[in-house]
Amino acid sequence: MTAMSEAMDEPQTRIKLTEQQLRARRARSIAIAVSLGALVVLFYIVTLVKGPGVLVRPL
Amino acid sequence: MSVTFAPAEPSIAGVGDYIALMKPRVMSLVVFTAFVGLLIAPGHLHPVIGLTALICIAVGAGAAGALNMWYDADIDARMARTAARPIPAGRLAPGEALAFGLTLAGFSVVVLGLLVNLIAAALLALTIAFYVVVYTMWLKRTTPQNIVIGGAAGALPPIIGWVATTGSVAVEPVVLFLIIFFWTPPHFWALSLYRADDYARAGVPMLPVVAGEQPTRRQILLHTLVLAPLGTAPWLLGYAGPLYGVVAVVTGAAIIALALRVRAEQRGYAASKQMFAFSILYLFLLFAMLLADRFSGGLFGHWAA
Repeated sequence: MTAMSEAMDEPQTRIKLTEQQLRARRARSIAIAVSLGALVVLFYIVTLVKGPGVLVRPL
Repeated sequence: MSVTFAPAEPSIAGVGDYIALMKPRVMSLVVFTAFVGLLIAPGHLHPVIGLTALICIAVGAGAAGALNMWYDADIDARMARTAARPIPAGRLAPGEALAFGLTLAGFSVVVLGLLVNLIAAALLALTIAFYVVVYTMWLKRTTPQNIVIGGAAGALPPIIGWVATTGSVAVEPVVLFLIIFFWTPPHFWALSLYRADDYARAGVPMLPVVAGEQPTRRQILLHTLVLAPLGTAPWLLGYAGPLYGVVAVVTGAAIIALALRVRAEQRGYAASKQMFAFSILYLFLLFAMLLADRFSGGLFGHWAA
């Protein structure tokens, strides 16, 4: 318990992101979100197109 | 991969850097040839499924490009042509490229398998693995035959496109495979003739570096002499029309003439540069004519689901 409370008392060392790093991270996050959204839409449309046949996957 | 280019974390890589990792110019040729394979195949494919297949093939090609840049970062850093790529330029850590490439590779193959068909997915996986493992990791650094054998990876997309439509492999896409397969060596050797210093500095055993200029020029001619007749095969085999035949014969004669000029060139690289540029146009024209044939032959009937 003593060691734990000592560790908690120590000042936290955090990386401070620069403005450029923040911008880059935000742009990457948006790109990932758009890609995943596009994947969801793709699966949705293909499900509509294939109908019940979506479960049938021919070789 | 002994050299580390990792910038201090956290990353400053932007979306553009990740797009550059996917080699968009190579990707565009891959998508184009796959599209032709998909379209000239007999049978019906719903446009949405066709588009899905092309997206998966594009993303798979991008994955292969990213994994290539991850592994080849040390080589890229020593070559003027590639030194500005995201990893050697320090904008992107190698680990980021590796994770990106593996993620895209996994997604592209799985989605192609789930939404289109499993054989196409298996072929895409084979293409990525061949390009990354056989070409990038093995052949590129060990043999001057690197691009001859490695060219198979770039030649597979028309077959994947065909299989996406038909679910099986046939002679027609294999001929397209062979055209790209025999096109690749003269195309890259023409480039490597006037970039030989770059390759030598990077320690890549390209043919001009290992064997010298004259053997390379001879090999360009020999491969072109195989390529040009192969280019006419779709017409001779009857699945391309006379328009394709005329273009294939004329451009085939032109590329042989250029290869002869490359062979005869004693000083400078004017003919080699022309050969490199024309080879891109040659391949584009052949596949565009296959596409034109298909359009004139009732495209809409083909796409009707």
